Amino acid sequence: MDIATASKLSTLLMWAWLLPLASFVVILFLGKSMGRHSKFGGYVATGVILCSAALSFYALFGVWLPNNPLADASHSSEEVHAEHSEVTSVHPVAFLADHGEGESKGHEGAADHGEGGHGEDGHHANNKPPQSYYGDWYTLGQFGSLKLTIGYYIDALTVMMFCMVTLIATCVHFYALGYMHDELHDFTDSEVTLSDGTNLKRPGRYYRFFQYLSLFCFSMLGVVIAGNVAMVFVFWELVGICSYFLIGFYIERHSASTAANKAFIVNRVGDFGMLIGMMALWSSLGTFAFGDLTDTEGHVVEQGIFSQLRSAENDYHLQATDSVVAEQNRVIRPSADGATIEDPEHNTAGQWLLFIAGVGIFCGCIGKSAQFPLHVWLPDAMEGPTPVSALVHSATMVAAGVYLTGRFYPAFTPEALLVIAYIGCATLLIAATIAITATDIKRVLAYSTISQLGYMMLALGLGGWVAGMFHLITHAFFKGLLFMCSGSVIHGVHTNDMTEMGGLRKKMPITAYTMLVGCLAIIGAGIPIIGPGFSGYYSKDAIIEQAWSYGNSNPHLAILKWAPIVGAFITAFYMFRLWYMTFAGKPRNQHRYDHAHESPRVMTVPLIVLSIFAIGIGWKLPITNLNTTALLEQARPVGTLATTQGVLLPELVIPNEHDSHAPAIKWAAGWAAFSTAASGVLLASIIYLWNLLDPKELKQTFRPLHSWLWNKWWFDELYGLIFVAPTMMISKTASWFDRRVIDSILHGSVTVCKGCSKVVYAVFDKTLVDGMANGIAGVTWDLGLWLRKIQTGNLRQYIMFIVIGTVVLFIAISFVQQTI
Amino acid sequence: MIHLPLAHLLSEPVGVSHYVMVGAVLFTCGVLCMATKRNALGVLMGIELVLNGANLNFIAFGSHVLRNDVNSLGLDGQLMAMFVIVLAAAEAAVLLAIALNFYNNHNSIDVDRADELLG
Repeated sequence: MDIATASKLSTLLMWAWLLPLASFVVILFLGKSMGRHSKFGGYVATGVILCSAALSFYALFGVWLPNNPLADASHSSEEVHAEHSEVTSVHPVAFLADHGEGESKGHEGAADHGEGGHGEDGHHANNKPPQSYYGDWYTLGQFGSLKLTIGYYIDALTVMMFCMVTLIATCVHFYALGYMHDELHDFTDSEVTLSDGTNLKRPGRYYRFFQYLSLFCFSMLGVVIAGNVAMVFVFWELVGICSYFLIGFYIERHSASTAANKAFIVNRVGDFGMLIGMMALWSSLGTFAFGDLTDTEGHVVEQGIFSQLRSAENDYHLQATDSVVAEQNRVIRPSADGATIEDPEHNTAGQWLLFIAGVGIFCGCIGKSAQFPLHVWLPDAMEGPTPVSALVHSATMVAAGVYLTGRFYPAFTPEALLVIAYIGCATLLIAATIAITATDIKRVLAYSTISQLGYMMLALGLGGWVAGMFHLITHAFFKGLLFMCSGSVIHGVHTNDMTEMGGLRKKMPITAYTMLVGCLAIIGAGIPIIGPGFSGYYSKDAIIEQAWSYGNSNPHLAILKWAPIVGAFITAFYMFRLWYMTFAGKPRNQHRYDHAHESPRVMTVPLIVLSIFAIGIGWKLPITNLNTTALLEQARPVGTLATTQGVLLPELVIPNEHDSHAPAIKWAAGWAAFSTAASGVLLASIIYLWNLLDPKELKQTFRPLHSWLWNKWWFDELYGLIFVAPTMMISKTASWFDRRVIDSILHGSVTVCKGCSKVVYAVFDKTLVDGMANGIAGVTWDLGLWLRKIQTGNLRQYIMFIVIGTVVLFIAISFVQQTI
Repeated sequence: MIHLPLAHLLSEPVGVSHYVMVGAVLFTCGVLCMATKRNALGVLMGIELVLNGANLNFIAFGSHVLRNDVNSLGLDGQLMAMFVIVLAAAEAAVLLAIALNFYNNHNSIDVDRADELLG
């Protein structure tokens, strides 16, 4: 490992990561004292995220690329795939090894990589670990073998994610400077009606919004840079709490506060699985680290998860280590018959534990990335302000789940990947169908986000690591763009409901055409096979190609092959339905149309910037050979460039991703993707642009289907019935038990106690204590009365008393003296 | 021969016991005066007698001549007597003021009528 580069990269990214935290602290302490009407908080947060973006881009272009030059031939450029087996032999790591710059523990270099495409039996040369820099900044504590550190794991993916997150966050910050201006003065919330019938008036919370945004960026960058699963989990939860704050930003609205709670609680369900996965990993491997910790000479001191599971001796194939097998026999199969299986072809020892660990970690990703069956929180998260939706749906929250799946990729067994693929497939189809009937502009986009996240998970599950991560990055740009456009529309017409829009193209042209760019990008518009196209064209085609290749290898899993193609059709349909309903045709609500206006420049400039990226992020940069997929190839997880066979399910075959670029697959998949997307657009045009079919009649005709989709497959109601209602019933019973049984026990004991004290009062207190006090007082009183008689007031009598007393004293003394 | 009590005093040279005798007579006269007089001024006079009887005792016991004690200056008894005289003067002033006020209120200085402080 190149130590100078490592320290430079880690320092740069550390500052890019910590600056938003500093901004959060500054706004936390100074935001209020700067005044509620100042834009101080906004400027601080925006300036800081701009600095972070600058640092990240410097880290990519100034440090990473000069030290890790890209391979000459990259995989997204179309012309090379006829000779793909040769192409795979010069993937980045091999290239580095040739130049003597690879990591020091590399063994043979390029010699291993000749036959990267011919996976007949799953035992051929595999790809080495990607170039990465791993280290610890700070050790939180060490408990036995459990070491908790704040560290970094930086590879091409980390650097790219930093650039993507900070760039989109910068756009969102600028956009929010304009969008949130309502919060600068006292804000009247028209959606909150107080008990006296007026609307809630409250002071603006401009600075607080930016405070949370900064914390959000900090948390997301923390997830990205994290060097171990424990640190990921910490920032994972921070992301969760930030989304809670931001979704519940209009906390006085009932819908917003319940949506925030829903997001938080649903995520906890996933995190429970993640904790199980982490425990399984730690108990068997004894580490959370992604990378290997090396000393100054480059010798490995502590092995990370990936190098333990995919060791160089085993040709980087996933194999359970002895500790995993032992742990599995201890935990899962007490009979310990797993270790006795000698057949190397079907040695399933340890696979179950790895499967559980993988699926457990993926559970966390299900929650964060809103996958089926935990997708229900994301549409409700629309209650937050639109810039938050843009950030949550593109760069931060939901990206975290996909990112972790991608980061954790080497540790997923083929069976875990199959689970991921099925979850992604279900999510993709369910969410896409719901988006067809939604009329809230942000909800359509929310379901489209879920659907696209399903695409990413599906791609990852099918072995298309680059395809999935590529789609994550392209999707971040166009979904950020789409959300900010929808925010601009809402800002202009003051409603979310598409049935009140229409014809807005003329009123807000910049928004309309940038949104059209976003729609074209998300449906993957482009010239089939030869390109060029919008960014989504490259990433979605890559996913469909991988699905095609997967389907060819696994005929029994054909649904995974067809799902993305069907999804492409539905995506095209609902996206253009959205665009037509909003911007085309005649205004449906003349009043709103008349008052609509284009948004201020601070909001439209970010739209234009993002639309440029949405078009071109998939392109190769002119002159250089830089493009996103080539960069992602540099980060390709260890041992994923081989055809892998399932162990628990021997008939499962995960094809090599590079095989999917074979011309036969590419041709078929490309045309399938293009034709389905085109027919989706056509159908949307027929119904919503040319009005050849009346949507109302269609709704009438397909009434059961429509109500099924309109009610989101009844998921909320189903969960209400399965989880919420029993919980409510149990808590009601508990409450009844509390009120009836426990309270009556308490009341009974109170009554008994009162009775006892009454008896004690009457018997003891009244007679003994009071009697003693009263008796003493009475005696004293009587004595006083008697002595009073002596006091006659007569002076001469008193003198006689004195005299007599003196005489008596003398006599007494004389008697006493005599007795002595 | 009848032995009168204290008759031997007549045959002895003047000493402490003679002074004490005179003091005792003065004291008794004072007490009787206080106990029998109804006039407040009479009572005051009785008090003066009592005090002076006591003073005589102080002086007699304090005098170094009478005690045949050459080492003592014999001033301690006289000092105490001086205190008592000053005290008597002050007390007389107070009592006269009380008597005057009593007279203003009751047109009389009969101490038997001053029984309002009875218990």
